[in-house]
Amino acid sequence: MYKIEVREVDFWYGSSQVLHRIYLEMAPNTVTALIGPSGCGKSTLLRVLNRMNELIPGSHLRGDVCIDGRSIYGSDVDVYELRKRVGMVFQKPNPFPKSVYENVAFGLRIKGINHRSFIDEKVERTLRQVFLWEEVKDKLHKPALALSGGQQQRLCIARALAVEPSILLMDEPASSLDPISTAKLEELIYELKQTYTIVLVTHNMQQASRTSDRTAFLYKGNLIEYADTATFFTNPSSQSTQDYITGRFRNE
Amino acid sequence: MNRQFIKMFEAFDRFGDWYDRQKRDNFAIYGLVFTLFVVSIVLGLFVYVSIAGFPRLGSRFFSGYASRIPEQAGILPALIGSLWVLVLVFIISFPLGLAAGIQLEKYVTNTRWARLLEVNITNLAGIPSVIYGLLGLQFFVRGMALGESVLGASLTLSLMVLPLVIVSTREALRMVPNSVSEAAYALGATKWQTIWYHALPIAFPGVVSGVLLAISRAIGEAAPLLVIGAVAFVPFSPASIFDYFTVLPVQIFFWATKPQASFLINASAAILVLLSLTLLLNLLAVRIRERWHKRIES
Repeated sequence: MYKIEVREVDFWYGSSQVLHRIYLEMAPNTVTALIGPSGCGKSTLLRVLNRMNELIPGSHLRGDVCIDGRSIYGSDVDVYELRKRVGMVFQKPNPFPKSVYENVAFGLRIKGINHRSFIDEKVERTLRQVFLWEEVKDKLHKPALALSGGQQQRLCIARALAVEPSILLMDEPASSLDPISTAKLEELIYELKQTYTIVLVTHNMQQASRTSDRTAFLYKGNLIEYADTATFFTNPSSQSTQDYITGRFRNE
Repeated sequence: MNRQFIKMFEAFDRFGDWYDRQKRDNFAIYGLVFTLFVVSIVLGLFVYVSIAGFPRLGSRFFSGYASRIPEQAGILPALIGSLWVLVLVFIISFPLGLAAGIQLEKYVTNTRWARLLEVNITNLAGIPSVIYGLLGLQFFVRGMALGESVLGASLTLSLMVLPLVIVSTREALRMVPNSVSEAAYALGATKWQTIWYHALPIAFPGVVSGVLLAISRAIGEAAPLLVIGAVAFVPFSPASIFDYFTVLPVQIFFWATKPQASFLINASAAILVLLSLTLLLNLLAVRIRERWHKRIES
């Protein structure tokens, strides 16, 4: 069974349609990369999966998305519960202007968990999960904004994991990181795949080919191609995919 | 007045820059001339009042009660009254203004309704204070039968500063980076959790400094309190919020309208006290705001 099923999704911001009839299925414990030129709708598609688009007034969706076989757009769905199951990591590291500890603990606090030792343990566990514990264990109560960009981004991932999601959405998570931090992040993605289903938006073709199991190419809100990453990069079926991955693509 | 104060300080800074580089366009020089002109008027008044009033500032003046004899009259009841009002206005207007600001900034989705409220609030901020006095007289003093009390006065002045508090709350909330709210929503936080855990702590100092600035305006007001029946001849300090009271500006008003010259000296001395109080509040507000900006920008 698929973890995520995107069924014929159209999406509008006001009157401009940004997604056209998107149909995608993602298996559990895989990494799916979404690539395409800026403005092609890949971030929008990502935000359709945790209903973050709803925060923008005038946005509107047709079609359906199912997670674990159940629609997330049904009238009985609690959007806040949904977002606890579908974690998200943003393009620019955006830790809260609080301590490292509080950043991770926030997800637990809004779940109503206040048990001190439980939170302590969970903070350590999730920070270890993102390989950040050794670097920050002595400054847990220092401001998160004092960490480096790469550390901040891993902290944001830890913050998302603390809520115990089963899906992790990543919106160009490495775009503001240096090569070493990026390499660490990609290793981390590989580790996290064992436990989570990951959807990754990226501009970096190498990153997509290194980290993902399947790759989707979006252009002007249409899904052009969706295939196994190996096939996608070596033997794409569409001409525009071929052009895009070889850098000959013209965005007219 | 308060804004002008900040602008004044900034103008001094700019003057320094100009002096260092000796290079500015003509507009800056005109601006400087006019600023100095305005500042010198204020300074002139201040010096005039200081010369007249400073000798009167002794312990007897601060500890004395109202008296027919100018040299024996003091400002204790007025000072205590002003402090009562200051604290009460803070207690009343802060939570109300904060709540209203949050509601308007974060929850009102009907834009037409929001705009209507916005126009109204902006207009309220510009209404002459004496009108608030009339409203207070009818609504609090008579309607709620609070009488000519500290509470009645505080409620009236709270009403007056509320628009300013609401506006500064909204401005402070707008300073909260969108990325922070987004991060909270993405973790499954509700709107209220996002506001409570993240937006408010960030906006809080901005709101506090806004309230302080608004209050420093309110404690200089005589007109609305005269209307609701503050009297200058109060032989005791108010001990509860239901007591008769007087405040510094009302005391100043009464002294200034007396025919005897010695009472004018009293008025000048009281003006100095009131000015110091206002300046103190202003500086506090500016300090809080500066530290807050530094924190947000880092």
